[in-house]
Amino acid sequence: MDIQHTTLLIIGGGPGGYVAAIRAAQLGIATTLVEGETLGGTCLNIGCIPSKALIHAADAFHQAHHFMGDSTLGIHVESARIDIAQTVRWKDGIVARLTGGVGALLKKHGVKVVKGWAHLVDGKTVDVTLDKPDTKPLRIQGEHLLLATGSVELGLPGMPFGGRVISSTQALSPDSIPKKLVVVGGGYIGLELGLVYRKLGADVTVVEAQDRILPLYDEELTKPVVASLRKLGVQVHLGSTVQGLNTAGDAVRVLDGAGRESVLAADQVLVAIGRVPHTHGWGLEKLMLAMQGRALKVDDQCRTSMRNVWAIGDLTGEPMLAHRAMAQGEIVAEIISGKRRHFAPVAIAAVCFTDPEVVVVGQSPLEAAKTGLDCISAHFPFAANGRAMTLEATDGFVRVVARRDNHRIVGWQAVGAGVSELSTAFSHSIEMGACLEDVAGTIHAHPTLGEAVQEAALRALGHALHV
Amino acid sequence: MGIHIIKMPDIGEGIAEVELVAWHVQVGDTVAEDQILADVMTDKATVEIPSSVAGKVLALGGAVGQVMAVGSEVIRIEVEGAGNVKPGVAGAAPVAAAAPASAFAAAPSAQAAAPAVTNGSNGSANGSANGRSNKAPAALVRAPGDKPIASPAVRRQAWDLGVELQFVPGTGTAGRITHEDLQAYVARSAQAQPAGTTDQRFAQRLDEQTVPVIGLRRKIAQKMQEAKRRIPHFTYVEEVDMTELEALRARLNAQHAKERGRLTVLPFLVRAIVLAAREHPQINARFDDEAAVVTRHGAVHLGIATQTEGGLMVPVVHHAETLDLWACAAEVLRLAEAARSGKATRDELSGSTITITSLGALGGIVSTPVINHPEVAIVGINRMVERPMIRNGAVVARQMMNLSSSFDHRVVDGLHAAEFIQLIRGYLECPATLFVE
Repeated sequence: MDIQHTTLLIIGGGPGGYVAAIRAAQLGIATTLVEGETLGGTCLNIGCIPSKALIHAADAFHQAHHFMGDSTLGIHVESARIDIAQTVRWKDGIVARLTGGVGALLKKHGVKVVKGWAHLVDGKTVDVTLDKPDTKPLRIQGEHLLLATGSVELGLPGMPFGGRVISSTQALSPDSIPKKLVVVGGGYIGLELGLVYRKLGADVTVVEAQDRILPLYDEELTKPVVASLRKLGVQVHLGSTVQGLNTAGDAVRVLDGAGRESVLAADQVLVAIGRVPHTHGWGLEKLMLAMQGRALKVDDQCRTSMRNVWAIGDLTGEPMLAHRAMAQGEIVAEIISGKRRHFAPVAIAAVCFTDPEVVVVGQSPLEAAKTGLDCISAHFPFAANGRAMTLEATDGFVRVVARRDNHRIVGWQAVGAGVSELSTAFSHSIEMGACLEDVAGTIHAHPTLGEAVQEAALRALGHALHV
Repeated sequence: MGIHIIKMPDIGEGIAEVELVAWHVQVGDTVAEDQILADVMTDKATVEIPSSVAGKVLALGGAVGQVMAVGSEVIRIEVEGAGNVKPGVAGAAPVAAAAPASAFAAAPSAQAAAPAVTNGSNGSANGSANGRSNKAPAALVRAPGDKPIASPAVRRQAWDLGVELQFVPGTGTAGRITHEDLQAYVARSAQAQPAGTTDQRFAQRLDEQTVPVIGLRRKIAQKMQEAKRRIPHFTYVEEVDMTELEALRARLNAQHAKERGRLTVLPFLVRAIVLAAREHPQINARFDDEAAVVTRHGAVHLGIATQTEGGLMVPVVHHAETLDLWACAAEVLRLAEAARSGKATRDELSGSTITITSLGALGGIVSTPVINHPEVAIVGINRMVERPMIRNGAVVARQMMNLSSSFDHRVVDGLHAAEFIQLIRGYLECPATLFVE
């Protein structure tokens, strides 16, 4: 058996793994990255990027469709038609360009990429089943082992994937748009994709076990999303659990909170109830590493319980976000190169690309109160923002949470069209330890949605100008 | 005038209480900002508690030796202005830092006042006094449980410098730690222990040296490991009255030293072992434990443990039974020389059936020699010294020497070992018996 040696051996070429590889190579560490599928992981191939592409296409089509009726803008479209096969080709093109770009970056920095499935032998050794037929497995040994295998979609025990029951992966590459789609799970994945399908013409019903959608966000923040779902005609069944398919296999049996069972006809059922760390099927259990629930336990330097075995990204649990994995990958590479680093962000932004978009960074007023902080909070509505009006996007608001005693900002929340881009300002102000006065005293360009950020800070200080 | 309470800061992750180990101020003292008030100790380190304000000490929060909870009151200081205790709510008020606006307002007046340090006798106060530059605004206290606030760039620089931000006072808005705060902290730490004034005798040393175990040292290590792993040792110590023998040795040396060379104790002991081995052949033997065979040797090949520059070596006096005192002494001398100069042959370094070890004047009173595997016994010589002994009811000075000997208990019983050593003692105490058979 061939044995290759390297300093840093990375399992998984997603956002965590490939960023760690690039940074390590920049620091002169001999690095090998093993990936069984296309580089880029869930994010580039079957997650963030393709879903954002479809959301854009669905929005454009929905807009065109909207112009078939009475348009306040005076635009009229005779008929809007979508060639879904072309839409998917366009989306695949973007994915291919990005994943190809990752490959080129790795090559440029001198990272050795091995295409194949890795199986752990021990804490330093991995056997790789190569993707080429008739080749012997390859054994690779590394001084440091970085585990970045990501997460997998969670299925429903009573309703396994297959046939009409699809996962988000399949939902991102549709051959055609089903007439009736049932979405199981009212979290951000279910809602983003449910809205795409609704805008492309499907009848969409969302079934959520808890009593409101996006249960991880506060209610005030999700209200505009609820209103938008209603306006777009997405049915929502709250407090309801899915029992499985009916005997004919063409409808979903749902039990509501009162114990009544109903049947929802479905051409397709999208199960989007969450993701779990990818810990099985590649020999991880052999290392007997300490776990935290279903995730691998790591410390603030991404060290596992075994010396020189590191883990980053979704494998290490919530929040399962690509930007968290990337930041972890970067610091692991720097620690291995001898620098003193910690993964110690004050806050990590979470964005929901629903219509309207939702973004949260840091603590909500309720979370701050729970930790015993005496806080003030204020919000500024987009209805009072000029730029929002010109975009026909006056739904939503920006909210700031700050300590009462020294005005240091501890959280930002926003809901509205395009607010995902505000996450940059939110994260930056929190990481810098900014006070309300810092944001209020910064000139924000007019006319932009960002003015709402400044106005929220001003309002918290008691002297908003435009409300 | 207001009252400012300083509470026990959060010293690090997971530390809930600390022990108060020293007070640097007393009630009534005037303290300056940044002056060290007290030392507290965690299970990891001793940490200084600085004053965040200037004023007069009203009360101390505990006695030295007391274990105090993080967040408990350390000291009460009377300050100009409002302080952080609302009248009537003594102690119950949150320790939160003063609002930013008031902090800025307070800074200029603090500069103007610049109170003199009256209790500046200890060294740490000097550093803090130097740290007070014209621009230094009031460092805000972090409330217990509050994390240090610093921008990502400052955090990164602190990691690079190995500084825990928890200990760095922040002068920025809302207690933010700026780049300047970090630099000032590092400068202060460096000042507190200037290289020139440290007492080198008690300087902490962090240097280490790795010595590869190779060559002769590796051989010794393996051999010792092998002996201790395989052989269940037991050690038997007996004292020997050497007075008679020493008298004889002095006599012989006086008569013959010039032409035959000086005699040490060693040739006498060699002869005693040769004689004792005749009666206890199981002790002059080699045990092949893999084949389960003990080979008893008629010949006595005596290994002499010898210190050389590279380490311990054991040259062998072959057929010791054929040598008289002077021949034996000459052979021991020659072999030691050969071993030390690295000229000893393979034959001269192997084949021993029993070994003697001696550190001469450094012999101590007892040792536990390690058997030279595959032999089954080793005789160790301890230091000879004049001791008061009782002979015929009277205390007399006698030359006493201990023999510490180890045996392989698998093939040598305690009784036989004791008999063997007692025989040797008999020969040495009555040296005539060494020669008259």
